[in-house]
Amino acid sequence: MPGITEHRPNPEDLLRRIQADERRERRGRLKVFLGYASRVGKSYRMFDEGRRRKARGQDVVVGAVQGEITPDIQDILSSLEMVPMLVEKHGGAAYQVIDLAALFRRHPAVCLIDGLAYFNPPGSRNPERWQDVEELLDRGIGVITAVNVQHIREKQDEVEKIAGKRPSVSVPQAFLLEAEEIEVVDAPPEALIDRTDGVAPDSRRLGELRELALLLAADVVDRQLQDYLDSHGIAARWGAQERILVCLTPRSNAAAMLKSGLRNKRRFHGALLAVYVDQHPLAAEDRRRLDEHLALARQMEAEIHTLQGDDFVDTILGFAREQRITQLFLGHSNRPWTFRLNRNPIERLIDAAEDFDIRLFPHPEAR
Amino acid sequence: MSAERRGRLKIYLGYAAGVGKTYRALEDAQALQQQGVDIVIGYFEPHGRQDTIAKTEGLESIPRRTLAYAGSQFQEMDTAAILERKPAVALVDEFAHTNVPGCERVKRWEDVAALLEAGIDVITTMNVQHLESLNDQVWHVTGVRVRETVPDWVVDEADEVVLVDLPPDALRNRLERGVVYGTEKARRAMENFFVETNLTALREMAIRHTAHEVEEKLAAAPALAPSTPAAGESSPPAGEPPGRKERILICLTGSPSSAMLIRRGKRVADYLQADCLAIHVARNGAGREDVERHMSFARNLRIDARIVEGEDIPRAIVEFAHRERVTQIFMGRSTPPPWWKPFQETVVQQVVRHALDVQITIVAERRRPA
Repeated sequence: MPGITEHRPNPEDLLRRIQADERRERRGRLKVFLGYASRVGKSYRMFDEGRRRKARGQDVVVGAVQGEITPDIQDILSSLEMVPMLVEKHGGAAYQVIDLAALFRRHPAVCLIDGLAYFNPPGSRNPERWQDVEELLDRGIGVITAVNVQHIREKQDEVEKIAGKRPSVSVPQAFLLEAEEIEVVDAPPEALIDRTDGVAPDSRRLGELRELALLLAADVVDRQLQDYLDSHGIAARWGAQERILVCLTPRSNAAAMLKSGLRNKRRFHGALLAVYVDQHPLAAEDRRRLDEHLALARQMEAEIHTLQGDDFVDTILGFAREQRITQLFLGHSNRPWTFRLNRNPIERLIDAAEDFDIRLFPHPEAR
Repeated sequence: MSAERRGRLKIYLGYAAGVGKTYRALEDAQALQQQGVDIVIGYFEPHGRQDTIAKTEGLESIPRRTLAYAGSQFQEMDTAAILERKPAVALVDEFAHTNVPGCERVKRWEDVAALLEAGIDVITTMNVQHLESLNDQVWHVTGVRVRETVPDWVVDEADEVVLVDLPPDALRNRLERGVVYGTEKARRAMENFFVETNLTALREMAIRHTAHEVEEKLAAAPALAPSTPAAGESSPPAGEPPGRKERILICLTGSPSSAMLIRRGKRVADYLQADCLAIHVARNGAGREDVERHMSFARNLRIDARIVEGEDIPRAIVEFAHRERVTQIFMGRSTPPPWWKPFQETVVQQVVRHALDVQITIVAERRRPA
């Protein structure tokens, strides 16, 4: 999951956060219902929320509806105020477009926009509908909208692998990350199949899309948690995600550790990090080995960090805590542990590791 | 007891009281009744929530039974009456509930198992923090030690696990409006368990666990076409050696921290689809009662747990690991040697020295920062 698992606050991150906070104060609140297929019930849940908010006294209007409107949705819509969509003809095709000008004039507290992933006809103010939504938000209008995982740009390679085709319209993942709230709309694939007439969607594909949507939501939530902790100055040593740190040294069994790390990352949908502590100049042979290990780590898409520190153990411990590591992978040396006055680094790490597990890997020559 | 067909189990999984699990289950029930399905409410916990209570309208309820215990009256689900009534579907709220002593079964999930056994489909509700394998993580995050737990295999065997999601802000709004609890209780809840970080972390666990259940079901179902790869990241990684299945061995002692060790080892084994074994090396009869408790806890989680006799604990562990073709040993941290024997090796050190060909995981106790 590139771009969304890194947790280290750096200056750019902080600046981004401050700018986001400033913009957020003026901006309307964005809520996104996230689903994995049409018919999971996103539209119903979205309009139902609009209905409940209106009942609580909020100024709610509907800015966009889409597709076939089921009787239960029609029921809700009849109790809500609508700003009708415009129909624009272009090149023989008719497009339904949000009436931005009318919404700006009406300026409700909350605007419901069903179907976020749509093109506007050529020559429109914005090429895509999510950009229309940005404009509503910029003018202080809150928006509740709905989108499927298929339409999230950064997920479309995976969607194409699952479904065999790639939707032409997309919404950037950053749009989702900027939302104040996302809500997952989940339902078993069987429920969708029951509702279709004749055409039987493939439940395996639906299951895979469902998993993709859930994992995307988990990553967004993880990011929100991290943002919250950072902005409140809370240094948490825990997380809901499995995070594996492989400790690279020239003589360790890096291949086995990285391979197992990758497997754990995939099975837990967690993060894989690799670290090297740069202490003193290495002999040529050790340098060569280490470079091989680092290349392998890159190949396995581990997030690689080189740390400076006088004390190997303290450096690793500090980094592992800061990164909310849950498992630390170490290769054990071939040297015996007994009869030495100074405890070796592995023993010291075991003694000090209170927040994460330590997994010791056999030395390659041991097999 | 032999029914022609086992009932289907559907679990609505949430992350806190008030996210809307029972509401969703009742929506299902209403829809099924409209389709003409014979459905009853086996157990329903209204918590005084008007929206939810309204959803029960028109549904048949099986009256609860009242039991006296320790001078008080308790109401529990009347499992026998539901079995007698034998509907097609029963809605049973609060899957993780522990029955008052005197009931036929200790846990509600065991009552549900009896209904399923009799061919009755069950729709139920639970929160992610009640999953046994997440118990330590939940405690670490929230400071709450959840007492009512459900073994993971019970949830894994459900036919459907459906996430009931709600953003934490919305949940806190509901609390403030007094929808979930009465106001005084709500205020205390907001200050304690319902703080934003707790809710967000629990929510992430619920979403991840649902994804895990979806993935497990996909892995169990036969693939349609060999050309269809599994979902993105979850596809079997290239270059992973086929054949040698991982086997995880958990080393139990009588120490209280063994419970954490068991949960952690089993969780890793489940995610890696590895076999899971546990041993305790008995040197003499000391501490047997604690060990027995841990053994039965492990067996409840479907871990193959055994007691091995031996004088030399590290040697017995390593021999067992070799004999059973174990690939990974899980151990707790050893207590450091006494000051007058600074060079004495700990059990962990000795196992490491003897088992140079096996991966060894030393599980942290994950104490909460005060």
